[in-house]
Amino acid sequence: MNRQVSRLSLWLLLAPFLLWILLLVLVPHLQMLRVSFQVRESWDTLEWGLSQYRNFFTESYYWRTFVRTGVMSLFTTFLTLLVAFPVAWYIAKLARGRSKGFLFLACLIPFWASELVRTYGWMILLRESGVFSAALQALGWADGPVEMLYNDIAVIVGLVYNGLLFMVVPLVTTLEGMDDTLVEAGYDLGGGHLTVLREVVVPWAMPGIVSGCIVVFMLTLGSYLTPILMGGKDSAWFTQQIFTQFITRFNWEQGAALGVLLLVLSSLMVWLGLRLTGQSLRKVMG
Amino acid sequence: MIRSVPRSRGFDGLYLAYMVAFFLYLALPLAVTAVFAFNDAPFPSLPWEGFTLDWYLANGEHGRTGLFHDDTLLSALWTSTRVAFWVTVVSVALGCANAVLFERLEFRGKEFLYLLMLLPLVIPGVILGVSILVFYSGLANEASRLWGIELDLFRPGLPLVVMGQVAFIGTLATLVIAARLRKFDRQLEEAALNLGATPVVAWFTVTLPWLMPSIFGAAAMAFLMSFENFNTTVMLTGSDTPLTVALFNRLREGSTPVLNAVALLLMLASALLAFAVLGRGRARNG
Repeated sequence: MNRQVSRLSLWLLLAPFLLWILLLVLVPHLQMLRVSFQVRESWDTLEWGLSQYRNFFTESYYWRTFVRTGVMSLFTTFLTLLVAFPVAWYIAKLARGRSKGFLFLACLIPFWASELVRTYGWMILLRESGVFSAALQALGWADGPVEMLYNDIAVIVGLVYNGLLFMVVPLVTTLEGMDDTLVEAGYDLGGGHLTVLREVVVPWAMPGIVSGCIVVFMLTLGSYLTPILMGGKDSAWFTQQIFTQFITRFNWEQGAALGVLLLVLSSLMVWLGLRLTGQSLRKVMG
Repeated sequence: MIRSVPRSRGFDGLYLAYMVAFFLYLALPLAVTAVFAFNDAPFPSLPWEGFTLDWYLANGEHGRTGLFHDDTLLSALWTSTRVAFWVTVVSVALGCANAVLFERLEFRGKEFLYLLMLLPLVIPGVILGVSILVFYSGLANEASRLWGIELDLFRPGLPLVVMGQVAFIGTLATLVIAARLRKFDRQLEEAALNLGATPVVAWFTVTLPWLMPSIFGAAAMAFLMSFENFNTTVMLTGSDTPLTVALFNRLREGSTPVLNAVALLLMLASALLAFAVLGRGRARNG
């Protein structure tokens, strides 16, 4: 009787999980994979084929953007880590009492605004008629309006801004768990700042670093608003090409193939990141 | 570089300056967005022309339409609220079931299913949207072509938006609620059972109250994430556009201070929601 009850409750709890993961995640992705290998012969006949993937490799516009997006996302992730680490360290180790909680909250507050609002804020600051340009002219450092928007640096500034929270939080969490005496021991044993950082702090913080980097990389790679609104004519982003295929060209087969390629790239990077640092997804995310 | 390790004054000063610069970087885009919601000029840029509430209240008589008379934006706001409501309800319910499933029950393949549960976190939002569009819209097309059945539910529209958002917000809700359930002292539940409660009564009188703070936290997070989502949503919307999509379309036509007015309103609402949840948590913890 008891066994039956526990089996029943197991199935009752498994049902919503399975429905969710199968119907909203796994099956749609498998279908996307299938569609990406279908070639439209006429309006109602489909053949299996690789022509979508061939398009990707033969048209340099596609793969150039793909590589560019990947490289810029990696760079953004690295920059976000560099910017966030001292802040996380300050919050976890140097601030005390109320100021600690306050600083942590201050890090979170900007992220209660959506990506669109944050990007819009940067546009107001950076564009030709923007605040920075006006300030430079008022100070007499510039003769005319200065355009700071619509270039790669602006895009990276915006992307780093978007990613910071997701880097600071896991870093603070892991650094808080580190015993200060470990650092003291490092210094007592004659280590300099760099040695202690490399031999003690970074190994300890590795789960936080990996977790932050994975999330920031994913967000950056998949972001659309920031590169579109802040980037210039030449700064295409791969997500933009997926949107174009689906929304303006109605070429779902090509769009699906590009989607699969983006998914492969992101999964590959996540797997590599975990592999190189010896972490597991469960430890890092769960 | 911890408190007990001596530091030079110059280093401390530099570090402090870095922290100040960091928080300026965080605050600046949002601050300018908020301020220009009240500038008495047709564009959100300097110079400051004086304070006005026109961008909220103007009724279109002098060529200005404030947010409260802008029917497109108001209906988009309402659409987003409805979507966010359903996403919150479904995600939190799913999160509770998943939390019990993964924290309380033992079954074969649990580790594998847990990894599947984490999967949506490492899939870019665009891809989630694309795959759901391809699968469900394709299904609706096939059903219409082969059997003449119209599955309007699966055409781009609000049900599809809710499904797309639940695909990843479900994972986040699960993680938040499971983290709290992990800290629960099972002896409390056993005490209730010893005192004659049935498992269901014990769940509702002992376990669920313990989970309440995390349920509120997960609900607030789910609501905000849904409200602010763009990447998944834009692929799946039909004729009713949610707010972020409407704002994006408006922004492409050119920026007006009405956008700043909406942005400020959103920031205030999110901040209120965040503080309500934090305040609740604090009151409970003592």
